Amino acid sequence: MDERFPGIRPQSSFWQRIDAFARQSFAGASTALLLLTIAAPLGLPGQAQLLQAIAIACIFFWSLFRPACMAPPLVFLLGILADLLGFAPIGINVLLLLIAHGLALRWRRFLTRQGFLTVWLAFVLVALGAAVLQWALTCALMLRLLSPVPVLFQAALAAGIYPPLAVLLTRAHQALAEHVDE
Amino acid sequence: MIRLSIQMRQALSKLTLPVLIAAAFGLMLVGKADTVLAERARMVLADTLSPIYGLLAAPLASVRSAIDNAQHLVTVFADNVRLREENERLRKWQAVATALDAENAMLKANLRWVPDPLPTYVTARVVADAGGIYARAVLVSLGPNHGIAKGQIALDDRGLVGRVTEIGGRSARVLLLTDINSRIPVILETSRARAMLIGTNGNRPRLLHWPEGTQPAEGERIVTSAEANAFPAGLPIGVVRYSPGNIPEVEPAARLDRLEVIRLFDYGMRGAASPDAPNRSLDRRR
Repeated sequence: MDERFPGIRPQSSFWQRIDAFARQSFAGASTALLLLTIAAPLGLPGQAQLLQAIAIACIFFWSLFRPACMAPPLVFLLGILADLLGFAPIGINVLLLLIAHGLALRWRRFLTRQGFLTVWLAFVLVALGAAVLQWALTCALMLRLLSPVPVLFQAALAAGIYPPLAVLLTRAHQALAEHVDE
Repeated sequence: MIRLSIQMRQALSKLTLPVLIAAAFGLMLVGKADTVLAERARMVLADTLSPIYGLLAAPLASVRSAIDNAQHLVTVFADNVRLREENERLRKWQAVATALDAENAMLKANLRWVPDPLPTYVTARVVADAGGIYARAVLVSLGPNHGIAKGQIALDDRGLVGRVTEIGGRSARVLLLTDINSRIPVILETSRARAMLIGTNGNRPRLLHWPEGTQPAEGERIVTSAEANAFPAGLPIGVVRYSPGNIPEVEPAARLDRLEVIRLFDYGMRGAASPDAPNRSLDRRR
């Protein structure tokens, strides 16, 4: 079944379709798995903030560099997962992640041609905006004025986690792309 | 599949994001209006994950204790000196306590004191932090048919932890006394004055509403009050500590930052409404 057809391939075999599907779903599946892992009782300080920081960083990265694998409905589902795992008022993360996704798509043309620093700065802006919006929405939904410190810490955490995460995800991204071009 | 023209498909793909953003707002409203639904979805996920996290908990705990042990090695000499002193002091207190206990038993016998019924309890392992950013709560793993009800009281080996707010098939969520929605009627042990203990999401909840003229004293012990019939009287909570801003706060006796095993007590308290999940604080009580 592993025969290689040179030139035109008439129809993809079962394994090829499985392979294509795995590549297609890697972004979503890896993000979901990462969120589930971060929600485990690891005893890290600021774990709740880390969960949201990782969610927004992953979605920003994939929406920017591989938008075909990070469709809006998938972002929606990941947002629900993050909300349920983070015990936040439901819907907030869905909105924040969709907005981050939309901004990444809109800035895509410009950002993919820039260096890492510009992308990172853009992400910091998105994370900061998301933090402020999250704080405002949580206050509105809980009808109570809350301290903005936890969400600002979260934005800082997101800004800090993005570079190492981007290195890992870029590796994965290249690995996925190489095999597709084969 | 339905075949669509290219223009149609492009238009549809452009519409997806705005429609989903609108759906996110809708979800927020639904989550606010029908909190039971959101709660159920959350507990279904928690039920699914709690056995997995339960399995993870043991190796993670051993890693953490190894790190703790390594840290203790550094301070072992100083700790030993401190513990020796403390032991001396406690030995004296033990003598006092046994004498008082005997006296108490004799007095109760003379007074025909009706003892409080012994509460039943279930011991459960804390499997995850279930707080999120704006709440302080933990998730405990339970067996099926656990019989835990909302409003049951959680204690660790040192003192009050909080109350059960959400229940799933094999897990329950315990709202800690430090949560911003936590309100606990308390008694200042020395002055016997009543007050309220109000969570702030910080490490130390605040004392409020004590009667005029009885200022809580630094180091005074705080116990639960039976007022409002939500708690039995006399469960240890912690001691009063004044913040730098001169606000009386309570340092919880329970180790809330490293809960591993807690006991859920059924005191049969059905007086006050059970506490709500954090996100439904302002709904009408059902």
